[in-house]
Amino acid sequence: MSKVLVVTSGKGGVGKTTTTAALGAALAQRGDKVVVVDFDVGLRNLDLVMGAERRVVFDLINVVQGVAKLPQALIKDKRLENLWLLPASQTRDKDALTEEGVGKVIDDLRSRFDWVICDSPAGIERGASMAMRFADEAVIVTNPEVSSVRDSDRIIGMLDSKTVRAEKGERVEKHILITRYDPSRAARGEMLTIDDILEILATPLLGIIPESQDVLKASNVGTPVTLSNAEGAPARAYIDAARRLCGDTVPMQVPTERKGFMDRLLRRRAA
Amino acid sequence: MSMGLLRLLRGNKASAPVARERLQILLAHERGQRGQPDLLGVLREEILAVVSRHVTLDPTKVIVRLERGDEVSTLEVDIEVPNDFERKRVAVA
Repeated sequence: MSKVLVVTSGKGGVGKTTTTAALGAALAQRGDKVVVVDFDVGLRNLDLVMGAERRVVFDLINVVQGVAKLPQALIKDKRLENLWLLPASQTRDKDALTEEGVGKVIDDLRSRFDWVICDSPAGIERGASMAMRFADEAVIVTNPEVSSVRDSDRIIGMLDSKTVRAEKGERVEKHILITRYDPSRAARGEMLTIDDILEILATPLLGIIPESQDVLKASNVGTPVTLSNAEGAPARAYIDAARRLCGDTVPMQVPTERKGFMDRLLRRRAA
Repeated sequence: MSMGLLRLLRGNKASAPVARERLQILLAHERGQRGQPDLLGVLREEILAVVSRHVTLDPTKVIVRLERGDEVSTLEVDIEVPNDFERKRVAVA
């Protein structure tokens, strides 16, 4: 039974593409067949974060318009057997995404993969609404910061009214993923806490990704963060989130960087 | 306790509770408005339709503005009417 999952947020720069790549890789590593689909037409970046930017020949728009067949546009990941990418077009504009065309591509992907993960563009315009249109589940990426929480609330409203499922009277299963979280700042009252965010958005939590240098390092080299440093805090948090998506019960925690003895000693001195 | 003491010594207040409260107030308001038709747009269209039955108007010269106050809000309707509209009416009659 395949699932269409949209990774969305409203606000830009909160970590949608990082999350799409990381969850896609984590699910593929579990043995599921996964495709990550870039809906950010005109500003594609999932190819870059996945390290496949030089292998793009055809894209989502080509398939929607019938210029290329789906298998011609799919790019197989070089690290994981079960992971594939469907890139967005860099030259066309988002008006090329027709509902009928996107629906057909999603149906085709459903028949080939266990997970179809749609990386939404920022905003609430056509690209974002097309990315969520056929979703069964949604991951709403939220930073512990007022503008991100407000935009997440708006996106939740859209998921509840503008999706095919919502129009049929069914539910899109929604999950909050909090990224760039700094537990020490939250403890000092400088950052919204997890409880604050969940209470305001009234949506269940999928995971907490701590602020970490690993994320930038991973995108620098074009590797999903779950593969570039699998032992690191964000990778462990993403792997836990992927397990929860599959229905496993995993205790919720904020993974922290494992610090060596010298690190701790030096930090204590510095403080 | 120690955290509170530390904050007291530093003299800085926690800003997260402020963020939380501002969000709660704002989102309660925005959720109420979601899915509602744009009130000012509807008012403008209907006012324009009523006045146009009697006076030939330039639709761009109709301004509807809503100012929110703490206790009451004011609805301001500003319609520019050409000076010769009454003569035209007489001529038609």
